[in-house]
Amino acid sequence: MKQYETDVAIIGGGAAGLASAIEIKKGGLEPLILERDVELGGILLQCIHAGFGLTEFNTELTGPEYAQKFINNALEKQIAYKLDTMVIEITQDKKIYAVNNEEGLIEIQAKAIILAMGCRERTRGAINIPGFRPSGIYTAGQAQRFVNIEGYLPGRTYVILGSGDIGMIMARRLTWEGCNVKAVVEIQPYVSGLIRNQVQCLEDYGIPLITGFTVTKIHGKDRLKGVTVSKVDRNFDRIIGTDRFFECDTLLLSVGLIPENELTLQAGAEISSMGGPIVDNNLETTLEGVFACGNVLQVHDLVDLVSAEAKRAGQNAVKYVNERYKKKMEKKGQIICIAGENVNYVKPDRINISDLDEEIIFTFRVKKPDRRIQVQIKDETNREIYKRKKRYVIPSEMIELKLNPEKYEIDPTCSQLVLEVIPVKEPLIDEEEEE
Amino acid sequence: MMYDIIIIGGGVTGCTIARALCKYDLKVCLLEKEADIAVGTTKANSGVVHAGYAAEREYIKRDLCIRGNKLYTQAAKELNFPFKRIGSFVVALESGQIKDLEKKRKRGIEDGVHGLELILDRAEILAMEPNLTDEVIAVLHAPSAGIVSPYEMTFALAENAAMNGVKFFRNHEVIKIDHRDYTFTVTTRRGEFQGKNLINCAGLYAAKVSKMLGLDYFDIMPRKGEYVLFDRSEIRLNKVLFPVPTKISKGILVCPTAHDNIFAGPNAQNITDIEDTSTTTAGLKEVLEGGRQLVPNLPLRASIRNFAGLRAVPSTYDFIIDNTDIYGFINVAGILSPGLTSCYAIAEKVIEYLELLGVQLEVKEDYNPIRPKPERLADMTKQQLDKKIQENPAWGRIICRCETIPEAEIINAIHTPVGATTIDGIKFRCRPGMGRCQGGFCRPRVMEILSRELHLPYQTITKKGEDTNVLVSKTKDVRLKEMREGGAE
Amino acid sequence: MQSCEDSGVIKTIRCIVCPTGCEIEVKEKPDGEVEFEGYTCKRGLDYAKQEFYEPKRVLTTTIRVENGFLPLVPVRVDKAIAKAKLNDALDIIANTIIKAPIKMGDILIENIAGEDANIIASRDLPILEE
Repeated sequence: MKQYETDVAIIGGGAAGLASAIEIKKGGLEPLILERDVELGGILLQCIHAGFGLTEFNTELTGPEYAQKFINNALEKQIAYKLDTMVIEITQDKKIYAVNNEEGLIEIQAKAIILAMGCRERTRGAINIPGFRPSGIYTAGQAQRFVNIEGYLPGRTYVILGSGDIGMIMARRLTWEGCNVKAVVEIQPYVSGLIRNQVQCLEDYGIPLITGFTVTKIHGKDRLKGVTVSKVDRNFDRIIGTDRFFECDTLLLSVGLIPENELTLQAGAEISSMGGPIVDNNLETTLEGVFACGNVLQVHDLVDLVSAEAKRAGQNAVKYVNERYKKKMEKKGQIICIAGENVNYVKPDRINISDLDEEIIFTFRVKKPDRRIQVQIKDETNREIYKRKKRYVIPSEMIELKLNPEKYEIDPTCSQLVLEVIPVKEPLIDEEEEE
Repeated sequence: MMYDIIIIGGGVTGCTIARALCKYDLKVCLLEKEADIAVGTTKANSGVVHAGYAAEREYIKRDLCIRGNKLYTQAAKELNFPFKRIGSFVVALESGQIKDLEKKRKRGIEDGVHGLELILDRAEILAMEPNLTDEVIAVLHAPSAGIVSPYEMTFALAENAAMNGVKFFRNHEVIKIDHRDYTFTVTTRRGEFQGKNLINCAGLYAAKVSKMLGLDYFDIMPRKGEYVLFDRSEIRLNKVLFPVPTKISKGILVCPTAHDNIFAGPNAQNITDIEDTSTTTAGLKEVLEGGRQLVPNLPLRASIRNFAGLRAVPSTYDFIIDNTDIYGFINVAGILSPGLTSCYAIAEKVIEYLELLGVQLEVKEDYNPIRPKPERLADMTKQQLDKKIQENPAWGRIICRCETIPEAEIINAIHTPVGATTIDGIKFRCRPGMGRCQGGFCRPRVMEILSRELHLPYQTITKKGEDTNVLVSKTKDVRLKEMREGGAE
Repeated sequence: MQSCEDSGVIKTIRCIVCPTGCEIEVKEKPDGEVEFEGYTCKRGLDYAKQEFYEPKRVLTTTIRVENGFLPLVPVRVDKAIAKAKLNDALDIIANTIIKAPIKMGDILIENIAGEDANIIASRDLPILEE
């Protein structure tokens, strides 16, 4: 069995893994990327549409371009990586076991580990659509891979369930390849992706967007023959008498993404209720020296935010190896962060009291769309630490808050912080032109 | 070619009989209508090997079940399929049900079911199965009950039968049967087969096959059972959990699978369409609600798949295992629960009938009852795996990330006797696509391997046979075709 | 989208500049002059004007590759092209086959559909090594 040593092992060579590796190299340490696919770049490689890089590169790039820039940077910096390499185990003492077909089983002893495995798509089973189980049902990402990378069309006539950006972008992508997209069906009463995609991917081609409906029956025993869609009530139960049938040979599901945390669990890190690992403000999991970033931590709406988060994870890993790893320092206490009203989740889950003199970055998503709201953070004594008004919030947007310690003071004796999004009565004057 | 025995139907019943016959010096073939074996009722059932206390004494299925359960130990040893005797609980939630459990226990013991015990101590029960509802009052514990992967067992049976000379013909739907001069001529969609004896194991289609020979003395009604399968990462169960059955149904159970996932189901719905394996909103709801009565923390968000199976319910209620009025024609029909448990006992009975028909049953000299255990990465130590990859790099290329399945396991599943030819065939033999992503990542790679190993164009690879294609054309072909056609106008 | 002759609204444009999604109405005044109403920022007005007079789109698709590590290379236009020309551009692209190796930024088709824009490669694509 081949054995290696590295400063920081990075699991996953997509957007998050690449950005954190570059940062580690910049910090003077040696990273090693372990990528399970045959090339670096991750899921960006199949996202051939534009819309990436506006904050990271100040220009609009396609997914492959965004990836290529990071890959080129990593190659220039001679960052070590292994392709076609699947990690099968992470031990408590930061040994990683992986396999590939050239070296067999390999053992890597790391001082720190960054988890950057990304996410996967929810499937039909995860949303329990009744009916037959014919061929012709794919997740949007699977279809995207077939069309953009493998070079095949999975069908001719489509219905797409889910109005997230991937679903809408696939609607246009397939239309451009000569296919017929009959409808995009959304269970929520509102479109879940960007307005831009609604306009440029659906309205431009007259593809109907049917909100408040879902697929309630799959037809066809062999290949898909069609789907029934029905209006749903508040509990997402089908309303009888609202059925509509669409003939189609393919159903694409764009019904959400789930952090891919099998290895995280196996390694023994605690997972939060939203599926990502519990992390502190340094993006360190509950396992010392094991960090998480990108979609394995939380599903991001913009890759630029993945890169930014991954850089932080990289910097913190460097700091860990240089300081705590060497001196075996103990953490002091932690403050728990809680998702309050209309907040689906908040990261970090915990803040180290010893880090209160540093900038703390919060990220969160709301549960439901709202207009004229205030984002606020209070501690358990109801003391207000932060507030900011916003004109609108939508669940598909990941919101980032940066708390500068000079401006926002957190009491080191408090035990928890609650982040809430509450409606405000007075009309909002453009208070936040920061965007 | 004149076969001694033709078996119609490649479900668990047909394959168990084929395997029982392969030991004798006989020419045997099996005809299956679908693209693979084990894809009907066999694929979509609970996978429970029952202890045998459940059926009433007047039915032959009670005896066959109790006997069948005992035969599993040796079969699993010889055939190396996933089988675990984990034991079952019948869970009483009301004190009125205890009497019923006690009656079952007493009669079961009398009929030879081992180890049945009534447990009344809640703490003891919950220690044995911590995920069980704390409203439990008593359980009937049957330690001899087990779980099996029904399709993997069927593949193992078929493989061993094929190793010992049984011929398997898939995609061979029977459309006509003639009987003349002690010879059956079976016409399929792909050619004729002749045999001296014919065994009908056609499951849901058994009445149809029997009627092809003019024997119209029973009917098979489909009864749908829906299931919801959960990812193994959330909770694990130690026992098969049954509610106390009512007159109508055995009730919705919650049960681990042979691969440590758990499922809830089945409900029971009598339907008319023999092909209707669709799941329904109401049915799935019933299954989840039923399941939660036993396991309140059933992890709904970890549900990875739902499916429905059809039980072949005979008009006679009991199993139909008959040496019929037509000499040499044996019906093995209406094999619903506990058919999976009973299959080895059913095969014994069929052999007895063949003996009565005068079939010469001489054991072959070279009969090998052992079907080698498929090599699995999951069973290897790190050192073994490393060695394996050095010998064959296909062990180091992981195709399915959810279940950690290397390319080598997939190649083996294709080249094994009666091997996989479709995506579902791979999925059910070695699990890529069974996990959380349900094939999201691995499907293109599995198709690539099938295409390469079977020398078939990539685009022609199907999910489960004819008309279940996955791809329709190359990416630019639709547009190019439209341009050509548009230009011609 | 409603058209109401009395108010003189000839088109309603949903602004895509930010997630607010303002509905911008394009009106024709009796003197024939066109005016825009309902925008809440300068970028929104600019967008509405562009979208009304000359809507443009960024085309991103794939081109078939010969002898490449992958069968397709992702491509994009190096500047937005007229929405009305998308179909023509896609037809030209469907008919094109490029030989590997390819580097990101390589111009694969010049002056696509007469739009003064080029089709460029979105990534490197090495040769397939047997």
